[in-house]
Amino acid sequence: MSRSPNRTLIALAGLFLAVAPAAAERLNIGRAATPDEIRGWDIDVRPDGQGLPVGKGTAALGETIFQERCASCHGEFGEGAGRWPELAGGAGTIKSDSPVKTVGSYWPYVSTVFDFIHRAMPFGAAQTLTPDETYSVTAYLLYLNDILKDQDFEVNEKNLATIRLPNEKNFFMDDRETAEKEFWNAKPCMKDCLPKEAAITSRARALDVTPEKASEAAKPSAPVQ
Amino acid sequence: MSEPKQRPDASRPTSRRSFLRSGLALGGAVGAGAFTGRAAAETPDAKNLPPNVPEWSQSLGDGVVSRPYGRPSKFEADVVRRDVEWLTASRQSSVSFTPLHRLEGIITPNGLGFERHHGGIAEIDPAEHRLMIHGLVEKPLVLTLEDVKRFPRVNRIAFLECAANSGMEWKGAQLNGCQFTHGMIHCVMYTGVPLKRLLEEAGLKTNAKWLLPEGADASAMTRSVPIEKALDDAIVAYAMNGEALYPEHGYPLRLVLPGWQGNMWVKWLRRIKVGDEPWHTREETSKYTALLPDGQARRFTWAMDAKSVITDPSPQAPLHRKGFTVLSGLAWSGRGAIRSVDVSLDGGRNWRAARLDGPVLDKALTRFYYEFDWNGDPLLLQSRAIDETGYVQPTKAALRQHRGLNSIYHNNGIQTWHVLPNGEIENVEVA
Repeated sequence: MSRSPNRTLIALAGLFLAVAPAAAERLNIGRAATPDEIRGWDIDVRPDGQGLPVGKGTAALGETIFQERCASCHGEFGEGAGRWPELAGGAGTIKSDSPVKTVGSYWPYVSTVFDFIHRAMPFGAAQTLTPDETYSVTAYLLYLNDILKDQDFEVNEKNLATIRLPNEKNFFMDDRETAEKEFWNAKPCMKDCLPKEAAITSRARALDVTPEKASEAAKPSAPVQ
Repeated sequence: MSEPKQRPDASRPTSRRSFLRSGLALGGAVGAGAFTGRAAAETPDAKNLPPNVPEWSQSLGDGVVSRPYGRPSKFEADVVRRDVEWLTASRQSSVSFTPLHRLEGIITPNGLGFERHHGGIAEIDPAEHRLMIHGLVEKPLVLTLEDVKRFPRVNRIAFLECAANSGMEWKGAQLNGCQFTHGMIHCVMYTGVPLKRLLEEAGLKTNAKWLLPEGADASAMTRSVPIEKALDDAIVAYAMNGEALYPEHGYPLRLVLPGWQGNMWVKWLRRIKVGDEPWHTREETSKYTALLPDGQARRFTWAMDAKSVITDPSPQAPLHRKGFTVLSGLAWSGRGAIRSVDVSLDGGRNWRAARLDGPVLDKALTRFYYEFDWNGDPLLLQSRAIDETGYVQPTKAALRQHRGLNSIYHNNGIQTWHVLPNGEIENVEVA
């Protein structure tokens, strides 16, 4: 008959715990985004082509745009000027000691080329290329990488996602937890872990590439003891 | 950086060599086994030493608010972020490094936390900033900064490590100082709203599987984030270490994804799109994928594995005297809390447990110490972190066995510092 207040509290607590995740009542903060607002910012593109704007272009048109807007950094043929990124070439280097990772040799999806150029290039003048210009520059990069052979082939929102890049199949999901399972080790070695004394095999000093000021700071600065 | 280069251009300044010459000369003057000394001009002025009364004990200092926003002592002027110019083609898509060798505890001061930009530092008027949440939601939202601050708040200390931290060291010892080899990391207390709470406000549809956060800067940084992480511990933060985010860290809003690679912590956050598939943006295809020797590449390598480094002594923080010596370092893991840290003085042959001090938090920097007597002999210092999942920080050699030399990111291999008899310290590798 007597109801324990503690019991009631515990029962209530249990109830709260149970419903907490679903209890997401709206706080009615903020306002609804309008379709126009979403259209203005929603420009991302997926590998299946979702998000591609209506438009079209060719490598021939893209070459003109690329020379005007892109070549000063990326080179006339996407080979990269100075330290700026290479966009073409590198075929067959990915397994070598010095892989050259370009759109043609490394990137998995054409959608990424379109999306990145459209949102973030040219460097310093992002989001100034129209969809048609972006289709054309994308086509030119595919042409430079021998993915498209015909410079007048029209790339558009309907066929871009059907163009495949050669390296697509070489990406796989993070598997460190299984592939590197040996790094999970309950009892790591504490004593006599190397067969003989450790020997130096590589020295940063030999390279001498650390910024100057830091090297100066590395001088022992306390009085001789 | 677009990609950390393994080797710089051939022509370089030679000041390092001239320093070595002067160091050798000094060493010769004071004899073998002694330390190169502080330059004569830097010798303390005896007029401020006992038994004399220092000048600052006799005159008044500046009054209050002479420094409305305080700064460190002028004698700490060399404790600053630095960059390495040859790493990247432009300063606007580049990286600076936290001066880990001069910091203590686990919290990074806001003005010293490393930067990594892809389109420079966006200077955003918060009154003109909007966060849009749309896609597979019941009610697409536009939020002002004021709106975001009306949601229930959380505080969380977490490290943010660039996926490329230590990336220049894959092929061998290259940069001389933990600022450069390990300084693409900081750890602060974030204040903000759980991302889960914002998504609930918009109302997730049942097929919501992935998020695309996007930055408002000119690089419009975008990454695909799985919904599980968003509903777990992700935060949309507006404060760090008690004050508003600094512009270089994403003012007024940034994403916080504890334990995961820094690239995904989108700064200047302006849009979150909800979808059912990942987007495979440039930053998760061309970049932030790990190329292995067989030509295959890992994608979506989100978690940062357990790692540690001895910050003092280190190349920029040489030893000054023999005898009792405090070794100080940092350990962290993106998979959980640090369980223990071991220290070796002989290049990994023998290990002893270090002492953790201060808070040991999930996915946060953890401070460790190891005190020992240094008799002046050369040492090969190493530290080895172990996290609560039982993961043991591997050697660089063990990592290379699995990944070769060209995976760029996620180098959490054990660091070796070579202590020379004169107290100088160099970045080396051992076998």
